[in-house]
Amino acid sequence: MSFLPDLLGQALNGLAYGALLFLLSVGLTLIFGMLDIVNLAHGSFYMLGAYAGLATLAVTGNFWLAALAAPIAVGLIGALVERGLLRPLYRRSPLDQVLLTFGLIYLFEDLIKWGWGGRIRSISPPPVFSGRVQLGGLTFPTYRLFVIGFGLLVALLLWLLIERTRLGAVIRAGVYDAEMTEALGIDVGRVFTLVFGFGAALGGLSGVIAGPIQSAYPSMGVSVLIPALVVVVVGGLGSLKGSLVGSLIIGQAETFGKAWLPGVSMLIIYAVMAIVVLARPQGLFGRPLR
Amino acid sequence: MTQQTRRAFLRAAVIGGGAAVGVTSGPWVLRARAQGGPVKIGLVLPYSGVYAELGNSITQAMELVFARENWTVAGRKIEIIKEDDEMAVPTGVRKTEKLIDSDKVDILTGPVHSGILMAMRDKVHNSKTILIVSNAGADAISRTRCSKWIFRTSFSNWQPCQPMGGWVAKNLTKEVFQIAPNYQAGKDDMEAFRETFHPAGGKVLGEEYPKLGETDYAPYLTKIKQSGAKAVFAFFSGTDAVNFVKQYDDFGLKASIKLTAPGFLTEPDVLPAQGKTALGIITGHFYTPQLDNPVNQRFVKEFVEKYKGKMPDGFACQGYDTAEVIVRALKAVNGNTQDKDKLVAAIAATEFDSPRGRFRFDPKTQNVIQPFIYIREVRELPGIGLTNVPIDKVADVRDPGTGCTLPA
Repeated sequence: MSFLPDLLGQALNGLAYGALLFLLSVGLTLIFGMLDIVNLAHGSFYMLGAYAGLATLAVTGNFWLAALAAPIAVGLIGALVERGLLRPLYRRSPLDQVLLTFGLIYLFEDLIKWGWGGRIRSISPPPVFSGRVQLGGLTFPTYRLFVIGFGLLVALLLWLLIERTRLGAVIRAGVYDAEMTEALGIDVGRVFTLVFGFGAALGGLSGVIAGPIQSAYPSMGVSVLIPALVVVVVGGLGSLKGSLVGSLIIGQAETFGKAWLPGVSMLIIYAVMAIVVLARPQGLFGRPLR
Repeated sequence: MTQQTRRAFLRAAVIGGGAAVGVTSGPWVLRARAQGGPVKIGLVLPYSGVYAELGNSITQAMELVFARENWTVAGRKIEIIKEDDEMAVPTGVRKTEKLIDSDKVDILTGPVHSGILMAMRDKVHNSKTILIVSNAGADAISRTRCSKWIFRTSFSNWQPCQPMGGWVAKNLTKEVFQIAPNYQAGKDDMEAFRETFHPAGGKVLGEEYPKLGETDYAPYLTKIKQSGAKAVFAFFSGTDAVNFVKQYDDFGLKASIKLTAPGFLTEPDVLPAQGKTALGIITGHFYTPQLDNPVNQRFVKEFVEKYKGKMPDGFACQGYDTAEVIVRALKAVNGNTQDKDKLVAAIAATEFDSPRGRFRFDPKTQNVIQPFIYIREVRELPGIGLTNVPIDKVADVRDPGTGCTLPA
């Protein structure tokens, strides 16, 4: 085995996995940062995104339309969930909110099973990215290169949105102090709905983007929830930068764990999380705990 | 009907039925029961999660056979009680206890998960409940942990793998990489392959055990590529099979490294999702819907008709044979499920033409003797699409049954 191609190949694998983790976890961390809700149903938004993508593909046959339609559809579902179900619970304990989002996982899973059946499905990559490229001695799927680039693009756009626009300023203000923001005459309730819908849309988008690499099935959202939560904890609750850095760290840790420490690979990401939490309880980029 | 509505319907039917019995309770009910109430058959299978399709296939084929008998055998109604084991050992054990202790089933069938099978084994054995294993392949149940009360219509993990080792060494290559999920069945399979692979001069260049339910195989695929192996022997099923096969092709391994496996890798429950990425994969299995015997042709036709175009798979064949064994044994004992020794003897003696060939149990282990392990290749046939085409076969594959002494 030659060491260098192996190292580079695995680093690239970890980058692609990390990019997927970022797309998945950024919506989760955004919702947490703004609304203080640990949204366990985020995995369901990921799953709903994949199925909305499948539905769009079945009609249009176009991957890009699917990648556009799925986040819109899931974003609307998210907004409805916030307005109709979560809002009445804001005055109750956080546990009630967690229980609600936990229940939603089963609701959405059963709805999809009812409509689509339990069969495993698969999203084909767009024709442009369905091949593979030679990088030195490595063969790498072009779609995974696209995922890496797309993840970074989404990170950049989100950064611009949150740091450089008025809406972003409102969101940041809301994260920092919701009451004070309200006092400034901003309808925080509407912003909450918007942010929750937007976070859900990002979850839905990640479902479509992950589709060509993985497969779609009703319970797919449950298995991705744990790594997504680990990323959010490592990066810092509510931090966009944390979600990006956390994803890249966990992506590399998991990939190299599988490749080089096969016996304990399942524990690696939890070990990373434990170390980070011990050293910085608020996560790498989280606000210090008060 | 979908899974959910079927279950809801069944639940309503059971409640309704219970209420009806309550209303008409009287001496005549007791008499009716003595003459033969329903034969209760318990199914412990996954109806949710990653492996739900397997549970569904097994159940659908059983229902096909029972429907053919109008749900009545030797004058007794057939009643099936489905329990979702969620592919989780504690749940599987709890559901098993419920079926044995509360429902008092006459015959228990299932499970898919080998871990559940091993965990329910003592409960089944000690309560003298007849269990017909309709999937789980843990070798031990045909070996040191065999039981007079346990039969298996499906396979032992050893059966589709052991002939593959010699076949791959002889026909493909002597340099192989092995990969399977990190649980008992996965390790059993790799071991069985080596039994015939090593003596034929084969060399295993590396082995990996990813977690069950892995979604990203990239790190392993990079290692396979680096190992210089000419073929891979992989055991995966369900979503693992879809993800592995797709990613194997994504990384361009398929062109240079032949992918071989026990048949679960390309069964019709996963083949549509794999699509053309599965073309050329070689698997060993006791069944393929392409078998051209008359029983299979009728089975395929009826299954496709009843389940709206769904092709039967190996799991369906297992369900078919499980139900066929139950029907034939019940007829042989005239519907008398009270004399369990007689019923066990009747099951052991059952022999018939199954879609997979001549079905019979090995008297040594009460595990099925596979009439053939077919070596199959995934091809695209006009009018059918992607399917497993038999290209070779190994006859009469019976588990060695090491350490099994029946009656035990």
